[in-house]
Amino acid sequence: MSDVPSELRYTASHEWIRDEGDGTVTIGITDHAQELLGDLVFVELPEVGADLTAGDACCVVESVKAASDVYAPLTGEVLEVNEMLAESPEIINDSAFDDGWLFKMQLSAEVELEELMDADEYEKEIED
Amino acid sequence: MPFIPHTEQEIAEMLQAIGADDISALFEEIPSHLLANELTGVPEGMTEMEISRLMHARAAQHPQSVCFLGAGAYEHHIPAAVWEITTRGEYYSAYTPYQAEASQGTLQLVYEFQSMMTALTGMDVSNASMYDGATALAEAVLMAVRGNRKSKSRKILMPTTVHPTYRKTTRTIVQGQHIELCEVDYDPATGVTSLEAFKEKAGDDITAIVIQQPNFFGNLEAVDEITDWAHENNILVIAVANPLSLAILEAPGNWGSAGVDIACGDGQPLGAPMSAGGPYYGYLCCTQTLVRQMPGRIVGRTLDQDDKEGFVLTLQAREQHIRRSKATSNICTNQGLVVTASTIHMSILGASGLEKAAAACHANTMALVKQLSQIEGVDCAFESNYFHEAVLKINKPAVEVLVALAEKNILGGYDLSEAYPELGSAILVCATEMRTDEEISAYANALAEVCA
Repeated sequence: MSDVPSELRYTASHEWIRDEGDGTVTIGITDHAQELLGDLVFVELPEVGADLTAGDACCVVESVKAASDVYAPLTGEVLEVNEMLAESPEIINDSAFDDGWLFKMQLSAEVELEELMDADEYEKEIED
Repeated sequence: MPFIPHTEQEIAEMLQAIGADDISALFEEIPSHLLANELTGVPEGMTEMEISRLMHARAAQHPQSVCFLGAGAYEHHIPAAVWEITTRGEYYSAYTPYQAEASQGTLQLVYEFQSMMTALTGMDVSNASMYDGATALAEAVLMAVRGNRKSKSRKILMPTTVHPTYRKTTRTIVQGQHIELCEVDYDPATGVTSLEAFKEKAGDDITAIVIQQPNFFGNLEAVDEITDWAHENNILVIAVANPLSLAILEAPGNWGSAGVDIACGDGQPLGAPMSAGGPYYGYLCCTQTLVRQMPGRIVGRTLDQDDKEGFVLTLQAREQHIRRSKATSNICTNQGLVVTASTIHMSILGASGLEKAAAACHANTMALVKQLSQIEGVDCAFESNYFHEAVLKINKPAVEVLVALAEKNILGGYDLSEAYPELGSAILVCATEMRTDEEISAYANALAEVCA
């Protein structure tokens, strides 16, 4: 059973979102997603400064089995990307919710946060 | 008899199982006005003996002409061993095998091919090949657009000295993807594309440029300064190069201070007969940075669990069978058989053999151009260095001259008047290592007669 931290928000496409409380969020893929993908070999991150709309395909996480898109869960601007992943994408396998974060965003509309799943909902989603 | 193994009874059982009355019921949704009825233009079938007789008669009508025609496909010497080995049962397959890793011999051969192409082009990686040079260029453009994430314009500068068919093919393939192909004119005095011409077309944001070396006219472009200028402006550089020429010309991986980003071209000069237009194959090489944007198959060398060397298909995660509509390309295979021949061809010639062949092409073309340009009414169109092709202007319509030469069993060159009307009556001539001094003199005499 995958770990689903209660303080995070989630999407059905397996992104997690941490509200930093200052209008910014940190985004990654869930432990469940990294388990499905297997050993990650490459991560293509968005450009810092890119304007994303919720639902945009903005990253690609590539494992030995498949290359999957990561979707922007919210609308806003990319502030920072996790440079460590360029050399060591396996960090996501080891620490999906922490060291394996993908990028940080400045939100355009914080209300969008309310539409995301909480941990209970996501847990139910991945059980189905 | 059609080669369909099902019996009438089996067909009836299958139709019954799916609840269809007859086979035509399977096509009911096609409107009747779209259905072809009798194929009136197709003649009756012939026996093997009859068709063989017909083909021999047709072949006999075809004169054994001496070829001074190039323009993208070239007559080179192919050692007899090349196709003898290629058509052995162990190699004779047109396709990347399914369950590829079970065919270690095929994978090792493709790995050797990739190693040879990276050595020739000076690039980091090669794929297992593309359909032909023109589609390889189209894929290179798509790669550049995906790979240059700093650029938002999706604008490509394409000199008109790039092969006209390559430009058309590229346009056809990329036109639905909001990519702008912006043509850059050549200098009419030199037949090459000046750096200034690139600069004039360049706005604030260019995604990539294409440089063909030698260019379609056979001339040598100023690849170093153009490559450096492009990189200074965050523009990716795509080289189109005749792979044989790379035995004596600078490898694209060494152009300018950093080398190009993508190199591609047609592999036909390396062991594939001209064969009325194909099959040929395309090669595609790139830097390590762009390897994940590379379409098609890539074979890698690895160690198995017992530490024994083995070959595998690698970096497949972005291919169609995994990424579906988001795949890097619709190509999921390679030109297996022609690449097999080409790899054997290169291994038989070796680096020194390729160099000798390329140098002989250059020497023969120099001799040809020298003799032809002395003829009254025939002049070199450009003052430029060239590899094994050159443009000649003629005082009579090119088509008439070429027809008159063909009647003397000489394929005199490629008529440029359609693709480059601004040149007037002009032909592109080529003399590979196959041409003898006697043939070159015979061409000069024939052309002198025709132009007189």
